[in-house]
Amino acid sequence: MKKILTSLALLGLVVAGTAAIAAEEQNPAAPTHFPINEPKEMSWSFAGPFGTYDKAQLQRGLKVYKEVCSACHSMNLVAFRTLEGLGYSEAQIKTLAAGYTIHDGPNDAGDMFDRPGKPSDHFPAPFPNEQAAASANGGAAPPDMSLLAKARGVERGFPRFIFDIFTQYAQGGPDYIHSLLTGYDQTPPAGMVIPEGTHYNPYFLSGVSLKMPKPLSDGQVTYDDGSPQTVDQYARDVSAFLMFAAEPHLEDRKKTGFRVMVFLLLFGALVYMTKRRVWADVAH
Amino acid sequence: MSEGHSTYTPKTGIERWFDARMPLPRLIYDSFVAYPVPRNLNYMWTFGGILSIMLASQILTGIVLAMHYTSDTNLAFDSVEKIMRDVNSGWLLRYLHSNGASFFFVAVYIHIFRGLFYGSYKAPRELLWILGCIIYLLMMATGFMGYVLPWGQMSFWGATVITGFFSAIPLVGNWIQQLLLGGFAVDDPTLNRFFALHYLLPFMIAGVVVLHIWALHVVGQSNPTGIEVKSKTDTVAFTPYATIKDAFGMIVFLFFFAYFVFYLPNYLGHPDNYTVANPLKTPAHIVPEWYFLPFYAILRAITFNIGPINSKLGGVLCMFGAIAMLFLVPWLDTSKVRSAVYRPWYKLFFWLFVADAILLGWLGSQPAEGAYVFMAQMATLFYFAFFLVVMPVLGLIETPRRLPNSITEAVLEKNKGGSGHPAGATAAPETKG
Repeated sequence: MKKILTSLALLGLVVAGTAAIAAEEQNPAAPTHFPINEPKEMSWSFAGPFGTYDKAQLQRGLKVYKEVCSACHSMNLVAFRTLEGLGYSEAQIKTLAAGYTIHDGPNDAGDMFDRPGKPSDHFPAPFPNEQAAASANGGAAPPDMSLLAKARGVERGFPRFIFDIFTQYAQGGPDYIHSLLTGYDQTPPAGMVIPEGTHYNPYFLSGVSLKMPKPLSDGQVTYDDGSPQTVDQYARDVSAFLMFAAEPHLEDRKKTGFRVMVFLLLFGALVYMTKRRVWADVAH
Repeated sequence: MSEGHSTYTPKTGIERWFDARMPLPRLIYDSFVAYPVPRNLNYMWTFGGILSIMLASQILTGIVLAMHYTSDTNLAFDSVEKIMRDVNSGWLLRYLHSNGASFFFVAVYIHIFRGLFYGSYKAPRELLWILGCIIYLLMMATGFMGYVLPWGQMSFWGATVITGFFSAIPLVGNWIQQLLLGGFAVDDPTLNRFFALHYLLPFMIAGVVVLHIWALHVVGQSNPTGIEVKSKTDTVAFTPYATIKDAFGMIVFLFFFAYFVFYLPNYLGHPDNYTVANPLKTPAHIVPEWYFLPFYAILRAITFNIGPINSKLGGVLCMFGAIAMLFLVPWLDTSKVRSAVYRPWYKLFFWLFVADAILLGWLGSQPAEGAYVFMAQMATLFYFAFFLVVMPVLGLIETPRRLPNSITEAVLEKNKGGSGHPAGATAAPETKG
């Protein structure tokens, strides 16, 4: 038996040793694991058990989406009426929707026609189809933005993914988008090969560079609430807005969750006391 | 244990009417009220009840989700998003269902490890154990097909990889794979048959659960000492004793479940599944759901050919073999003592096995390269050694600790100085139940 134990201990050492080798250094000019830099963790109003969206921030984020991102990125799953969650009134949403032209039809005569948007319409896509989007953007279609904040996330690795349970870290998507948008303008390490027509960004999830050029620059979008008109602020606002676009019921979920947790705690306490009472006369 | 004659006496006219025609009230009374359970069961024994409510919850949420879901490759992804955005409380139903699958597996793994620790599979409970293994297999099939339905990137590529295993089987492999897929690749026919089967299998699980409970009620529950019930003092009535304890266990479990549903609903999923399936774009790492990861690690650990068996077939054989081990456990374990409480060496190896299973799970989530492959091979070796070497050999050479004569004696020994007397019992620690 002692021998078995000793060999097990040896096996443990071997396993630990190989794990150390697995985490070997990577060559900065030819990295094999992406992203090169981990996303920066920002503080978001919607994080944590009582998180809520900052409506002013979402409105600014929508402005950035409308004036910059929407030139290339669709947001097919989001209806204008969803924007009530940004604090807009019904009338404001009607006006906002009417600002868009929706291709509809066929009408009674069998013709397709254009009409102003209604709150029930979804954001119209900038390109008629994926092929058109790809050919206009150097061969890679810009991804739809409806779910981007939930569809992106850098692997957290051990042991962080354990801590994330307790800290309720669920902002990997917005953190990633913010880091990517502010991660341009950096000089690649000497010797790194950046493919023609792509742009170096150490925060990009699946390579050294991506097709999208730096989309934001300081002062590009005018804010009327006095917020700083910087790339960093734009990136924060649009990331928060994309989180809303991906998870419009987030506030509802967390509010309901709190009630459920309180109920389970109280109910659990009562049942536990009843259980003690029932078992009181039985040694077990 | 339930062999004793029924103690049910119909009290009202309607009960007497039923009892003479179809004694359903008698069955319920005998199974869930008067049914004797060992008095020393700890909270590990509440997971059977927890699993029942998880199955019920999955079926209920699943039926409502199916009312809004469309199993067409062009519409499936958007129909799930429609549920998340526009259906009343759709987000809640969907998160309950997707996280419910994970917590169903959390509960089933605890339930299985409970059985392994306390030797619950030993005679006369072999059939009970095997029925449980069948439920587990059905759950895996259901979970796998359910993950395909949202038609995200991981749905598609997970389905491609897992159905690809079958092509490794000699002679009939390709035929089986095409039968599963309804074609040569994962596509519309695959999605449609997976949806149909995903709706069917839970009801088959419910059927086997009935058999599982039937078998349980014939042989009776095992207990932490592993000693059979010998006298009436060893047991208490199911109601109120087990009912109230199960209820408390369920609420605690639901608390953890709710924590994930409301605060971390996407923690156990993969971001790539929020991108619609694209057959032309392979994700960087294809990872199955967490509850398959240990088996996935075993599959990928076989990187070498063994004689006529190539590495692919070898991996598939090892993966299915890893599950097959569970079915053989009642005959692999040679010890006469059931519970690990009285088996110091088995207890040690049991915990090593738990650690090994967790390590395999982590390795399954890592890329199969470099040192990870070697670690997975060692962990796979230990996995099989636990069943094929440790279990049979340990039973022959291990000297177990002294067993108490009865459950009652064990309980009284534990509550030193105490007795069946109320004063002694209330002072007893609650932790061990």
